[in-house]
Amino acid sequence: MSLKKCKGKLTQILDEYGKENEALLPCLHAACEKCGYLSEETISFLAEKLNLPRVEVYSVATFYSMFNLEKTGKYIIRVCVSLPCYLKGSREILEILKDELNIEINQTTQDKKFTLEAVSCLGLCEQAPAMMINKEVYGNLTPKKVRQIVRQYKLSTTERSLKAPLQNPNPKMEGAG
Amino acid sequence: MKIILKNIEKEGYTGNIDDYISEGGYKALERALKMKPEEILSEVKKSKLVGRGGAAFPTGLKWEFAYKAKEHPKYVVCNADEGEPGTFKDRIILEKDPHLLLEAMIICAFTIGAEEGFIYIRGEYFKAYEILKKAIEDARKNNFLGKDVLDSGFSFKINLYRGAGAYVCGEETALLDSLEGKKGQSRVKPPFPTFVGFKNKPTVLNNVETFANIPQIILKGGEWFSRIGSSGSPGTKLYCLYGDVNKPGVYELPTDVTLKELIGKYGAGIKGKLKAVLPGGVSSNLLTNKDLNVTMDYPSIQKAGSMLGSAAVIVINDSHCMVDLAKRCSEFFDYESCGKCTPCREGTKRTREILNNIAQGRGELSNLELLKELQEVMFDTSRCGLGQSALNAVRSAIEKFQVEFKEHILKKRCKLDICQL
Repeated sequence: MSLKKCKGKLTQILDEYGKENEALLPCLHAACEKCGYLSEETISFLAEKLNLPRVEVYSVATFYSMFNLEKTGKYIIRVCVSLPCYLKGSREILEILKDELNIEINQTTQDKKFTLEAVSCLGLCEQAPAMMINKEVYGNLTPKKVRQIVRQYKLSTTERSLKAPLQNPNPKMEGAG
Repeated sequence: MKIILKNIEKEGYTGNIDDYISEGGYKALERALKMKPEEILSEVKKSKLVGRGGAAFPTGLKWEFAYKAKEHPKYVVCNADEGEPGTFKDRIILEKDPHLLLEAMIICAFTIGAEEGFIYIRGEYFKAYEILKKAIEDARKNNFLGKDVLDSGFSFKINLYRGAGAYVCGEETALLDSLEGKKGQSRVKPPFPTFVGFKNKPTVLNNVETFANIPQIILKGGEWFSRIGSSGSPGTKLYCLYGDVNKPGVYELPTDVTLKELIGKYGAGIKGKLKAVLPGGVSSNLLTNKDLNVTMDYPSIQKAGSMLGSAAVIVINDSHCMVDLAKRCSEFFDYESCGKCTPCREGTKRTREILNNIAQGRGELSNLELLKELQEVMFDTSRCGLGQSALNAVRSAIEKFQVEFKEHILKKRCKLDICQL
């Protein structure tokens, strides 16, 4: 089922790379983006096409933290917990997200909307503490700001980026915390 | 003196190809294409430019090795997988002046005789990826890339390749394995990538910032570059300054700036009272108050007992507990160790366990000696830089803040009330 959704894209990538092994990472990225995770079916498909043992594809898929073997939520929240963000209070940010979403790290909410991850440095240190929600970046987080951001995502029903309205926050909010 | 951020800091500069060309972009390529490879090598060597990713290897020498290598084809790879906690300098170049990187890679390819290149970019840099994709396309349309570059007979293409969240892939040989579609695990060196690199062919692998210096070196000469900053390792450097400073950010400064100036003048001073500084991210040794006059170049920082690495300068004030920070560093390395070699795989895990015990009041005095010994073993026997430097911060924390560690162990007390004893 999940393979169907991304088969076309995968075939296109495989053609581009001439079925060389270098196609593997781009394929795994594409499958995760299209289907939210790598199903067994997808792994078997790639192994067959690239003429690799399934275990090889599986070991690559589990080596990198951005690939998921379990179905993730529509929004993956990646909170940086490396030293620069840690110094600026990323621990508290994580606690608030856990509380707000009622899940632990590496879990997905029951409605399949959010997955929470604690990740290594995102290269956003000048705006620490920082997090990403899918491809959007959120920096200079405060407890209040985090709750607000997540609540906005909770309310959303569309796929569109939610970053825009938060770029110009109400100055009163900004000063808080 | 700006070399790398020269365009970026201009008001209204967007980094698109028209802006880049109107600031004199691709002029260095035009000039390079009229030079002999040996002449380019000579300028790069004269500049005394060293790798800005952390290892500080002379760039000119690296290019020369690849140029002289007999095997073909040859490759140019850009390491844009910056992952050292605290490093966000390459992202700025990738997002705001991508053609600076492309121009340098094209010059490098022309010099060593490569026809294909790769930019290996962090998986999390979504925005930079899209910007680079467009930049490569624009460069191709303007015949800076592709077949017969500027009617010179030389052809070159650049592929973009996304990493997928693995710190170790910043290590050059792990990056090459990842680029080949495998797990990113380091290879045994030698042979070095300049001889046996991507697909076992000669490969020049440079950091984004290293490349970004090349166009100006070609235009103004290696001699000019070598007179900037500290004589030991000349040029400017992008310093990522953050943590407990008033003005965090990326600062491009000549390499003879001191740590004191960097924090005081550019970072607008420390928030609170200075406790320690990590000059090269979590892989480096802690410096303290007495080291503030150190010059921020590779040899001087090494002499002070630490390393500059990618120049992620983390400023730590006295509101932080050193045991807690050491523990956080050890968690990072435990998570990011690739698992290939035993000293690193096991060493990072045991370090994390021991520091967790200390932070929870279950530590013993002998633990501190054990950690020092572990650091020595890992430094001597780990396969790549990750394991070799994983315990630098921990060991220096133990040595320089022994009282704090002992308090946690003997009195079961965290003065700052951060550790849950």
